Amino acid sequence: MPPIPKKVDPPSADKRWRMVDNTMRKHGYRPDALIESLHTMQECFGYLEEPGLRYVAQALRLPLSKVYGVATFYHFFTLKPKGRHTCVVCMGTACYIKGAQNILDEIEHKYGVKPGETTKDDALSVLTARCIGSCGLAAAVVVDGAIAGKVSAKQTLDLIEKAVAS
Amino acid sequence: MSDAPHILTLKIDDQDVSAVEGQTILAVARENGIAVPTLCFLKGLSPVGACRLCLVEIKGVPKLLPACVTRAAEGMEVTTDSPRLREYRRTILELLFAERNHVCSICVSNNNCELQSLARAQGLTHVRVPYRHPRLGVDATHSRFSADHNRCILCARCVRVCDEIEGAHTWDIMGRGIDCRVITDMNQPWGQSDTCTSCGKCVHVCPTGTLTEKGVAAAEMKKRQQFLPYLTAMREERE
Amino acid sequence: MTPEELRELAARRREELQEFKYRLNVCLAAGCQSCHGDSVYKALKAEVESRKLEGVQVRGVGCLSLCAEGPLVQVEPDNLLYQRVRAEDAPELIESMYGKPLKRLACPTDAPFFAAQKQIVLENSGRIDPESLEDYLAADGYEGLMRALTEMTPAEVIAEMTTSGLRGRGGGGFPTGLKWSTVAKSKGAKKFVICNGDEGDPGAFMDRSVLESDPHRVIEGMIIAGYAVGASHGYAYIRAEYPLAVKRIQNAIKQATKVGLLGEGICGTGFGFTIEVRLGAGAFVCGEETALIASIEGKRGQPRPRPPFPAESGLWGYPTLINNVETFANVPPILRNGGAWFAGMGTEKSKGTKVFALAGRVKNTGLIEVPMGITLRKIIFDIGGGIPDGKKFKAVQTGGPSGGCIPEEHLDMPVDYDSLAKVGSIMGSGGMIVMDETSCMVDVAKYFMEFCKSESCGKCVPCRAGTDQMHGLLSKICAGEATMDDLALLEHLCEVVKNTSLCGLGQTAPNPVLSTLRYFRHEYLAHIQEKRCPAGVCKIKAAAEVHA
Repeated sequence: MPPIPKKVDPPSADKRWRMVDNTMRKHGYRPDALIESLHTMQECFGYLEEPGLRYVAQALRLPLSKVYGVATFYHFFTLKPKGRHTCVVCMGTACYIKGAQNILDEIEHKYGVKPGETTKDDALSVLTARCIGSCGLAAAVVVDGAIAGKVSAKQTLDLIEKAVAS
Repeated sequence: MSDAPHILTLKIDDQDVSAVEGQTILAVARENGIAVPTLCFLKGLSPVGACRLCLVEIKGVPKLLPACVTRAAEGMEVTTDSPRLREYRRTILELLFAERNHVCSICVSNNNCELQSLARAQGLTHVRVPYRHPRLGVDATHSRFSADHNRCILCARCVRVCDEIEGAHTWDIMGRGIDCRVITDMNQPWGQSDTCTSCGKCVHVCPTGTLTEKGVAAAEMKKRQQFLPYLTAMREERE
Repeated sequence: MTPEELRELAARRREELQEFKYRLNVCLAAGCQSCHGDSVYKALKAEVESRKLEGVQVRGVGCLSLCAEGPLVQVEPDNLLYQRVRAEDAPELIESMYGKPLKRLACPTDAPFFAAQKQIVLENSGRIDPESLEDYLAADGYEGLMRALTEMTPAEVIAEMTTSGLRGRGGGGFPTGLKWSTVAKSKGAKKFVICNGDEGDPGAFMDRSVLESDPHRVIEGMIIAGYAVGASHGYAYIRAEYPLAVKRIQNAIKQATKVGLLGEGICGTGFGFTIEVRLGAGAFVCGEETALIASIEGKRGQPRPRPPFPAESGLWGYPTLINNVETFANVPPILRNGGAWFAGMGTEKSKGTKVFALAGRVKNTGLIEVPMGITLRKIIFDIGGGIPDGKKFKAVQTGGPSGGCIPEEHLDMPVDYDSLAKVGSIMGSGGMIVMDETSCMVDVAKYFMEFCKSESCGKCVPCRAGTDQMHGLLSKICAGEATMDDLALLEHLCEVVKNTSLCGLGQTAPNPVLSTLRYFRHEYLAHIQEKRCPAGVCKIKAAAEVHA
């Protein structure tokens, strides 16, 4: 049995844990703070790492398996670190019928990565979104946080190339 | 108002039956010897209504409702067996058989498996939907038990018994949809779980050959679930 | 603040606004931002400053509707609309205010795209600064709330909602007045109001736009609802994928709290209400009420069987009212103008207006608001401007993964809850995707099934395993490898999944397949019997290759 800690310490001295603790404190360390805390952790660290999940579980007094179950249920959360650059291809209906699949195919052809994967040199992560709500500008992609609308596969590849080179 | 329980009368499969207010259709049916197939339901655990095998028809209600969680009501007319319900139940069982790798002949739970006996009772002779043949592992890291994910039907009985009865909450479900899997703690090997008390309750409530005791040969694993109504009754008395 | 003080604040802002002779409203909603609307905004601002112009205001506003032609800039007082504006156009645009309109960039606002719309929910979109409480107050904001709190009892508010005939805009179309009165009657030590802003339909952005363009409207709707049902706390559950919407609603909550529109003793009355934002985390199933509640409680977003309904036992077991963003956005004008006013618009059973996200193979894509009862043809061919590139219309998809594809023959049908259901689709939350002859209907069905499969929570067997099997069969058909037996099995699974699934996601997942089978069966047969995709979308190997 794991000992019940009196005080829950963050996994490291990294100052970003303070942000996570702030979120938990704001919610009175109640169990329903879990998803909000995971959002903060992902915002601070880019992904959810196991020691962090254990820390949140202990601080909110939640079972480990429950925390892991929640973290893997929601597709917004990722347990793997992302590459230095990201390209999110919107797979909403409007984007799909305007060639989003073709964009993904071309990216895979050029960089050898499927959605959810990161290139070996950690330069680029390719992700899909179920819909980013820019349907009026389909097809849409988000490269390093900037939305680009009405793009073709070629334009997307140019955007990625520019981002990766920067 | 008096504290005496309110008695309701209703019809199940054309049979007049009575129920105490708050009782589920399933409880009333079983009291009266009417068989309703169930898989995720287990008396003593909170009902989740997930396997959909206990769906029944209720006169005047357009949707089919799960007997395990639907409360009996005055004047209700319930049908638990019809050609349509039989066909739906068979299809649901087929979906379960095709979802993972259920090879009965080599299974330790052969002839002691709730999925298998339901299939027999529903007259399931072949599976029409394509088998998915997922590649899933066996976790044999625990000293006394093993978990074979090839035979899991995600009924979440293990999750519930561990949380509600044992109080450890070692088990939960990770992922979503067809990728769901039961896990211990942070998806780590069962033998390395920090929280498992090795009580074995999950093994005995598991309806298939997923959670079993080690060292039993094919068709030898018999599950004992009597502890559950016993524990529930003892706790109720204490309260 | 008291109502008088708030009205003073509104009057002062109206005066301030009048001090400017000219005003440039630059759309900074997500659509225009993605084509550099913000750089246009900065350029115009810099231009006004460098020329030291007096009486000219450059203002960032919410959605100006015609996303396809963005970035959009509207110039007051002449209400001229300019499209595809670039930062370099700033000097010319400023000069045009004092001379002739800039023809090169002019967007004809008398075109049917604008003329056929009727704006209630979007009445302030593009007309106020979404980050300014004073702007909202100056546009009669919070008047509905003040009327409710100072002149009406909760029962009277509910009666007004019932009179209006408003039905839930999230898709189901449940009468809002009835829902409110059920929660009001339920007994509980606490009650909650939840705003569902987890817009899940992959092809819809109505809620996003309302939250980004006019966030106070949603907050006002929620407070009125709280007063009517007897709740003192609300949650706004917003998709994390909409960072701007989240930022704007948080900002609006802060502003409203500051002037006492949220908190204890609102407007000097005894009623108190607070709102907290919760972020969705990418789960379509959380549009289902019980799954949404589980998510706010910090759990896996899995639905539970109903009854009990959230109105009796919802968040932490307390009576809970859940409405979506657009429903709440309709509440303030109903309270301001009366339920009868609202009931005067629309059809007999579907009152008011509906916001649609018009997208896909149509010339004018964007956000539109139309009276209920308008025909699909009018939306697609007048407002939407028809199909571009001389292509032929094939189908319009409404209701997203829970809806269906409607063919040409039904285009003259009025848009309302019941008519759409009759032809095998649903109103849904407002996604409307137009498809032309270049779309394969089997491929579209496969696309939606892929979506449902990956969004299925995995709790109940028919949805978890059934959507996976149906997706497999549809893939087989698209690949030209299916037999007629596979088609029969697909139809059987549609029936089982529809009738046995636990929640709405599974129960409606077969709809896109059923509706395409109903109207485009020949396309399925072409894939199966002739091994060919009529639209040329699916990659089918030639028969010789298959047998080789």
